[in-house]
Amino acid sequence: MSEPTVTRKLMLFFPRCECEKPIIYHLVKDYGLVVNVFRAKVTPEEEGYLVLDVTGTESDIEKALAFVKTFDVKINAAGKGLHWDAGRCTHCGVCLPHCPTEALFYGNPDKREVAFDEDKCIECLACIKVCPFNACSSAF
Amino acid sequence: MKSYEEINRKIAAGDAVVMTAAEVAGYVERKGLEAAAREIDVVTTATFGPMCSSGCFLNFGHSSPRIRMTEAWIQDVPAYAGVAAVDLFIGATQLRHGDPANMNYPGEFAYGGGHVMEDLVSGRELQLFALSYGTDDYPRREVRTYFTINDLNQAIMVNPRNCYQNYNVAVNLSDKTVYSYMGTLLPQARNATYSSAGQLSPLLNDPHYDVIGIGTAIWLAGARGHVYAEGTQHCAIADRNDYGVPSEGAGTMALTADMKQMIPEYVRGVSLRGYGVSLALGVGVPIPVLSPAHLQRACIRDSDIMAPVVDYADDYPENSGRILKHVSYAELKGGGFELNGKEVAAASISSYNKALKIAHRLADEIRRGDFLLAAPLGSLPRESRNRPLKIREAAQ
Repeated sequence: MSEPTVTRKLMLFFPRCECEKPIIYHLVKDYGLVVNVFRAKVTPEEEGYLVLDVTGTESDIEKALAFVKTFDVKINAAGKGLHWDAGRCTHCGVCLPHCPTEALFYGNPDKREVAFDEDKCIECLACIKVCPFNACSSAF
Repeated sequence: MKSYEEINRKIAAGDAVVMTAAEVAGYVERKGLEAAAREIDVVTTATFGPMCSSGCFLNFGHSSPRIRMTEAWIQDVPAYAGVAAVDLFIGATQLRHGDPANMNYPGEFAYGGGHVMEDLVSGRELQLFALSYGTDDYPRREVRTYFTINDLNQAIMVNPRNCYQNYNVAVNLSDKTVYSYMGTLLPQARNATYSSAGQLSPLLNDPHYDVIGIGTAIWLAGARGHVYAEGTQHCAIADRNDYGVPSEGAGTMALTADMKQMIPEYVRGVSLRGYGVSLALGVGVPIPVLSPAHLQRACIRDSDIMAPVVDYADDYPENSGRILKHVSYAELKGGGFELNGKEVAAASISSYNKALKIAHRLADEIRRGDFLLAAPLGSLPRESRNRPLKIREAAQ
């Protein structure tokens, strides 16, 4: 039986530019990963970041991460580029229709208490713009 | 019939029966109105949301030598200094000095008067910068110092208009995004925003202003405060349904309380993209059950409260008065309503979650005997109208 595939969300931080190297290409070509990039900013002479989903077998993902580590890149495997601050959120819910994946939702509908499902977040950043209370912020 | 004195005696003895406006309708249905009215002493109502018509008076005490401030900034947010020497007023919607506003449209409005008020209540250190022209008795011409709310003699919140009885539901019928005080409204009515706690909202539970009046003791962000006047734009004359619910904004209240007693969670700066800054505030109002009729009115449900849907792309800015339709709070809280054959997703800019928390907090304070009711000294107007601004070409 073949090894099952998993999806992992990764946040890659480029302290200085490694952008001349086609890292993503190698993830796809050499390790057979399916890559879904949510956000990227990789500009010469600047700090950069890349937030992406990779789908593949555990062993291929491990090998791919080992490859990424050979560059000057920091990997945050628990990587969330979007932070929802439960303390700042007033649970008004004004963000809900703006969230395309329902990552922001009523966790407790009776109390109308807003919750955030990090796994559903695609980091479109719509919530940052519409939140009146600055409850959502981006790591970048 | 019960009197305020009887109810306050029960509260002081820790025997008062208190329910939130969210719980009471179901209870009355089970028990019957007369029996429930004998039993229940107080119904608590509450709301939490942006209340732009808010501000505060701060007294800084006198420096040596003295200054009579004529211009002042707190955290670079201009404060009004046209009152006594070291009294300042800061308003919720005041922008920070140098804010580009909508020059980078839509503006971000990260910090302003409402945030200064949040920082004050949170006990954070703030910068005061003030100028003066100098006088014989107030020679100092400039001051820059740092302070917290504990350094002030007084920090008194004064809100000329809070707790609108009912409120618009905002939509945008145009083809481009509208940035409003009701939040970001997507083109072609892809979302709608509303701002009321519905069945929990204070003036919807006392629609004819029978028990809420000038002098009524209220819970303002955790402090014991008072209704000091009718709110600005209070408009008692409005079309009302069988439950007394007005078809538009109608009644408002002017509130005041000591900011030193407030809880940071309920005093929150607001940044509305493309619009400006404001303050979100938590208010709780106890309704005494003086008679079955008072209890009956406090049993209002979301399904009985209809709110007007208004186009904020055209009708609101042009002040046309056009209302697209009325929708109930049951529909709004259910997630949306139908408009021109299309489903519109509704979201609230006020927080029902916080309103519910406040109603329970106030109920607990009353049960513990920590919050006594105050009978009104005077009524809110029951006949007043709201005048528009007429623009005259020349002085008459």
